[in-house]
Amino acid sequence: MRKGSLISFVTGVFLLAVACIVPGSVQGSDKPFVFGLLLVGPYNDHGYSQAHYEGGEYVQKKVPGTRMIYIDKVNPADRPGVTIVQLVDDMVEKGAQLIIANSDDMKDGIREAALQHPKIHFVHISGDDVLTGKAPGNLVNVFGRMEYGKMMAGFAAAMTTQTGKIGYLGPLINEETRRLVSSAYLGARYAWETVLKKDPKDLTFQVTWIGFWFNIPGVTADPTQVSHNFFNSGYDVVISGIDTTEALVVARQKVREGRKAWAIPYDYIGAGAGAPEVFLGVPYFNWGPSYVDLVNKSRAGTWKPAWIWLGPDWKDINNPDTSTIGFKKGDALSETAARALDAFIADLGSGTVQLFKGPLYYQDGSVFLKDGEIATDKQIWYMEQLLQGVLGQSSAR
Amino acid sequence: MVMKQDKTDSRSTTKKRVFLEYVLEAVLAISLVLAFTTVVLLIAGAPPLQSYVHIFMGSLGSWIRFTHVIKAWIPLVLCSCGLLYTFRIGLWNIGVEGQVVMGAIFTTALMRMGTGTGYPSLVLLLSCLAGMTGGALWALGAGYLRTKGGVHEIFAGLGLNFVAQGMVLWLIFGPWKRAGIASMSGTETFERSLWLPTIETLRISPAGIGIALGALLITAWMLRYTNVGLRLKAVGNNAQAAYLFGLRPGKYMLIAMILAGSFAGLAGSMQVTGVYHRLIPAISSNYGYLSLLVVMLANFNVWITPLVALFFACLNVGSIQLPMVLQLDSSLSGVMQGTMVLAALAVHFIRSRLRAAYTGGT
Repeated sequence: MRKGSLISFVTGVFLLAVACIVPGSVQGSDKPFVFGLLLVGPYNDHGYSQAHYEGGEYVQKKVPGTRMIYIDKVNPADRPGVTIVQLVDDMVEKGAQLIIANSDDMKDGIREAALQHPKIHFVHISGDDVLTGKAPGNLVNVFGRMEYGKMMAGFAAAMTTQTGKIGYLGPLINEETRRLVSSAYLGARYAWETVLKKDPKDLTFQVTWIGFWFNIPGVTADPTQVSHNFFNSGYDVVISGIDTTEALVVARQKVREGRKAWAIPYDYIGAGAGAPEVFLGVPYFNWGPSYVDLVNKSRAGTWKPAWIWLGPDWKDINNPDTSTIGFKKGDALSETAARALDAFIADLGSGTVQLFKGPLYYQDGSVFLKDGEIATDKQIWYMEQLLQGVLGQSSAR
Repeated sequence: MVMKQDKTDSRSTTKKRVFLEYVLEAVLAISLVLAFTTVVLLIAGAPPLQSYVHIFMGSLGSWIRFTHVIKAWIPLVLCSCGLLYTFRIGLWNIGVEGQVVMGAIFTTALMRMGTGTGYPSLVLLLSCLAGMTGGALWALGAGYLRTKGGVHEIFAGLGLNFVAQGMVLWLIFGPWKRAGIASMSGTETFERSLWLPTIETLRISPAGIGIALGALLITAWMLRYTNVGLRLKAVGNNAQAAYLFGLRPGKYMLIAMILAGSFAGLAGSMQVTGVYHRLIPAISSNYGYLSLLVVMLANFNVWITPLVALFFACLNVGSIQLPMVLQLDSSLSGVMQGTMVLAALAVHFIRSRLRAAYTGGT
């Protein structure tokens, strides 16, 4: 008997502890709306993941009664043995009703988790499971039309380069990165040929891939090394396509050595901080408004499967409350180039300039767009190769 | 009769003493681990008690969390079982990490061939056998270098770990890439029929748990009741004496390595079929290296091993709460694991000093 009462005492204490510590389990109806954020990189990476993190903070500020929980560095190299499913389970136990996974790398994991939690709403950023029909009904795909941001980046790079050689620090090769590199190239080519009236033969546009969204020592190529190689072989502008700021750091180093170097980081509005002398500008994601929309839909019960591709607000691409894609100009961008860039952005917005318009060819010479043909969203989303004129691999060898 | 009684008495007291010794050492080890990690947490400005509560609740606070602990426990137990053989014969099989990776590679190779054949159970079974073969071959490599080439197994193992890791990267980025994609993300996910069967409502895989428990039983039996077990110990205690008794140390070293590699390879199979459902660069989750710690902290005892493995599995799963709830820098859990290595080594050192004191300073 005594043993029995001891066991029940211990169980009681244990359950009490569970009740106290697991949030939300004993709370009343006034509980906040909890949404979870899975970030592939550090929340303070000055790049991709920080942009998402600040999107989450924006929701907390704008929508009363919401609370964010997040976990960063969600990738097997940083967190060996930790899986997406495990993290989602944990967030659901913490009361999350909406979970946003921010990386392409989480595609399979988030689909599996969405199947396991049919009552929770899921967002996979950058994915296309809804398009391909693989997504369960509670999963939504959202992404930004960074193609425009990359066109602006390419434009600024071509307006600035003195050697005519632009390097693109590429992450891994997939549909997303192929269309982003191609967009940057189209922007650069437009500036070079139409604005500067230079010979297309004098423009070199090279992409070098590292193998992932950021440096994983021993696994990927080292982005610092790749950036050095660019600057050491005559490239004077490097456009970054990775989540972190190595290109900018190396460019600053080169300038301090007395060389001419510029860089265009990626993803995050504050990415240029600390290196004004080389910072031409940054195309960035502004996730706040779209996150607010998703949270509101989830709360209101109007959640529907959808594949959402959000562009800039052309009235003001840097409006934090309306525009998903923006471009922040940097101190190192010359006044002439900045003016030309403003005109270019206006033309993109009005549709006067249409860069995904034929004739455009793939690297192997096959036709991507026939003469006069304007690409559909799907054609751009699923580009099979890089465009002719871009040096570097289109897919894995 | 009386004499017999005496003998059993004294045997049971020594048994008791040995057991107490184990308990004492385990307590010592855990307290050292706690002391070290508390210091680390204090330095990081984290509330230690709250951190421990979060780790505990994050791993054992609910059934779902516990199932994730089990998922980590299975490969840890498998690797540890394998290491018990090599430690028994006195080999430092640091190559266990590469053996896990090789097991995962062989498993993936077979699953790729078996995709769409319509016999998922058979493919899964063969994949696990392939994983064991892969791990065993890799271990045999280190074993041969040791016995025939005179290369210390630590160096051979480390070298082979690098080669195995390099092979994974090459396969993922090259021959096994997803169509049109070059990414270190990993290979295409296998179809659901090729996932290790799981009871969905309970979220556990009986097969995985069965394999881990089976490995424990087999290892306990092999080490205790078979000739091989005895001979591993004989060679481990004194290779030269064993040789004089007609045992070939080289042969038994290879046997130990093959057994270790098979279990490690099977752990790799579990990672591919039960956890990630594809091959990724970090497929081993560092469980190989971690299991070296497990076995050392368990004092090379087969029954304490699963408990220590459980402790580490809990820590692995529970420590995710530190960044999530307390907003501690995520690298802290890595630092904590590092301090555990130190604690393990400290206990190892204290133990050998104690042993030396017990046996009159030999």
